[in-house]
Amino acid sequence: MIEHYLVQASSYAADIDSLIILIAVLVGVWFLIAEGVFFYLIFKFRHRDGHKGQYITGEERHQKRWISIPHFLVLVCDLFIIVGAVRVWYDIKQNLPPADATVRIIAQQWAWSFVQPGPDGQLDTADDIKTVDDLHVEVGKTYHYQLEARDVLHDFSVPVFRLKQDAIPGRVITGWWKATKTGVHDIQCAEICGIGHGLMVGRIHVESPEEHAAWMQANAPSTSLAAR
Amino acid sequence: MAEKIAGAQEHRHDEHAHHVETFWSKYVFSTDHKMIAMQYMFTGMFMALIGGFFAYTFNMQMAFPGEPVPLWGGIVTPPQYNALITNHGAIMIFWVAMPVLIAAFGNFLIPLMIGCDDMVFPKINRLSYQIFFLSVLVLLSSFLVQKGGFGGAWTVYPPLSAKHEYSLTPMGSSLFVVAVALEFVAFLLGGINFVTTAMNSRAPGMKLYDIPMVVWMIVIASILFMASVGPLIAGAIMLFMDQNLGTHFYDPKAGGDPILWQHLFWFFGHPEVYVVLLPAIGITADVMCVFARKKLFAYRTVLYTVFATGVLSFTVWAHHQFIAGIDPRMAHVFTITTLLISIPIAEMMFVFIATLYGGDISLTTPMLWALSFIAEFLIGGVTGIFLGASGADIYFHDTYFVLAHFHYTFFPIAIIGVYAGVTFWYPKMFGKMMNDTLGKIHFWGTIIPFNCIFIPLFWLGLAGQHRRIYDFRNFPELAQYQPVRVFAASMLVTMLLFQLLFIFNFFWSLWRGKEAGPNPWKSNTLEWTTESPPGHGNWKTLPTVYRGPYEYNVPGRKDDYWPQNVPN
Repeated sequence: MIEHYLVQASSYAADIDSLIILIAVLVGVWFLIAEGVFFYLIFKFRHRDGHKGQYITGEERHQKRWISIPHFLVLVCDLFIIVGAVRVWYDIKQNLPPADATVRIIAQQWAWSFVQPGPDGQLDTADDIKTVDDLHVEVGKTYHYQLEARDVLHDFSVPVFRLKQDAIPGRVITGWWKATKTGVHDIQCAEICGIGHGLMVGRIHVESPEEHAAWMQANAPSTSLAAR
Repeated sequence: MAEKIAGAQEHRHDEHAHHVETFWSKYVFSTDHKMIAMQYMFTGMFMALIGGFFAYTFNMQMAFPGEPVPLWGGIVTPPQYNALITNHGAIMIFWVAMPVLIAAFGNFLIPLMIGCDDMVFPKINRLSYQIFFLSVLVLLSSFLVQKGGFGGAWTVYPPLSAKHEYSLTPMGSSLFVVAVALEFVAFLLGGINFVTTAMNSRAPGMKLYDIPMVVWMIVIASILFMASVGPLIAGAIMLFMDQNLGTHFYDPKAGGDPILWQHLFWFFGHPEVYVVLLPAIGITADVMCVFARKKLFAYRTVLYTVFATGVLSFTVWAHHQFIAGIDPRMAHVFTITTLLISIPIAEMMFVFIATLYGGDISLTTPMLWALSFIAEFLIGGVTGIFLGASGADIYFHDTYFVLAHFHYTFFPIAIIGVYAGVTFWYPKMFGKMMNDTLGKIHFWGTIIPFNCIFIPLFWLGLAGQHRRIYDFRNFPELAQYQPVRVFAASMLVTMLLFQLLFIFNFFWSLWRGKEAGPNPWKSNTLEWTTESPPGHGNWKTLPTVYRGPYEYNVPGRKDDYWPQNVPN
């Protein structure tokens, strides 16, 4: 249902969306049953003249059944949800596939800085490409990110990727994505970071290999400059 | 010891009977539990007006960014916006839900429902309110100092909250922490009183399973609060020292850890949800039984589910931190505990629904509030599952889905639960009936706009809108939803305007309301066996208890109710 509003632009977006659908179905059924029974009982046992209420303690076994059976069924639904949640989480946050490229993402009040390797494919060399607020990546490639924060907590969130991770000063947090669709999308800071939090907007440009190569060509620091 | 206390209390009451009360001794420095309850209630309602006004102001900014907000007197700047959202949250939880649900209802109801003349420690009770009042003054003053109030969200995450060069509110952030810490001290003192009184001062004959559910809930909530707040007070002191004395508890550059605060905060913060939820559930249970003329279904099961919820609530805190940079393996543990806590809560809801079966239901104003608590809280409950499941939370964390979810829990708690309680016990508090027609108009005028505000916000969260953003037009993917924000803001204004009707009804009924008499709802519990409002000392002769609180429609009796103090 989310893809109706936001495309699924990463390899794991569909997994998260299906987990959300699974939960929606399981809890939705319970919700409708509970509300349905609730309103039916209010109507059925409304006050009428000459009608008396019943005396039911709810302490006897055959009465308690009415809440203990639903209780165990809820437990079964919970188990399905736990299994689904753990699998999706493991694939996204724990089990990182090997990287084709690595980018460094630095959050600070109130901007995003991105460092990615130049033609040599290595970070921290002279040909690194540095950008602010705009991140250019290639579709179909597995990227690892190294997320850092300079000052306070921030959060790197790309809704179309279904990707979100807090950035913490003093730590480098590694995660990954693999974009599956080209396009330009929002990067939001999702953790309040001071008075400019609402202005901490970034854009991610997911490009085809040709476009990305051209962008790299145009933006790589010239070797003469790097040599200096 | 207990005799000594009881003796001292009798002595005190004799004294009071013989001297004339001045305004100060009766209304300001009173040790009477009913007066302290009123002090907490009116302070809480005053703070609710401020919290509501803040919500109005920042919602207008979101709906009409950069335009002057009527009544606010100008545009809302980003620092003001952050301070408004921060203090809206903090006020509604710490200065509205807690004082009204726990302190006001706890103080008013516990002695009256268990059949004693006052709290065990009346002076500690008075001190509790005085410290609470001080915390209100400190919080309000934080808006007036240079650079304004704190704007780092009610969760106060460092380093933003710990360093003035990041928060840019040098005095506001310290005052905020001090105000919250003082409020905790007030509720620690109050909690001691609630637990001790309910355990030691019950009327003769009142066994543990004869205690009305709302009293149980307030007692268990107080225990949860007292057990969870210690780490946070320690954390708050460290934060204050980081802010003002140059320590580095949360500063990674000097070996501190900002995540430490998150653990301390949520170790308190999640039980806190149940601290305010339980009294609201208790009110709902009591009101429902009276107006369904029904015994509470499986009283003991309800109590056990509350114990289970209370214990589990200490094991779920890190579900607020799934993506905060904790070890990813920890998420599995907290997903499991979080989903498990849904079971006792679901069971509680089933019990309330089952209670309606076979009832004789009258839809009075308090009953409408109590029923709507169940209907609305269910929405809050089921949407919580999406957030407790780690995999889905990667997407939903800190979006408007979270915001809508917890408003579907906190609004039923702090607004619906309070209205259920106030409209139900108003006759006992003031001796007059509230106008039922105005009450019903107010009910529908609150419930319909409430759903119209927050259902669209679920949808905005689903579409990727994050919280605490000053102007959503900066995000191309979100700019298109501006009409939804305008709709939600207009519904908020509608809902707030309907609250004026409640305030009118409240004061008009004091003056022109019908005399209530001792027991207008034909209820069983002890507070209805004394005059309305109860005098000093509550009863001329303290009652004796013969049965549980929910004996309605007992076969073989002419009346459909059977008060706890009637021998047969």
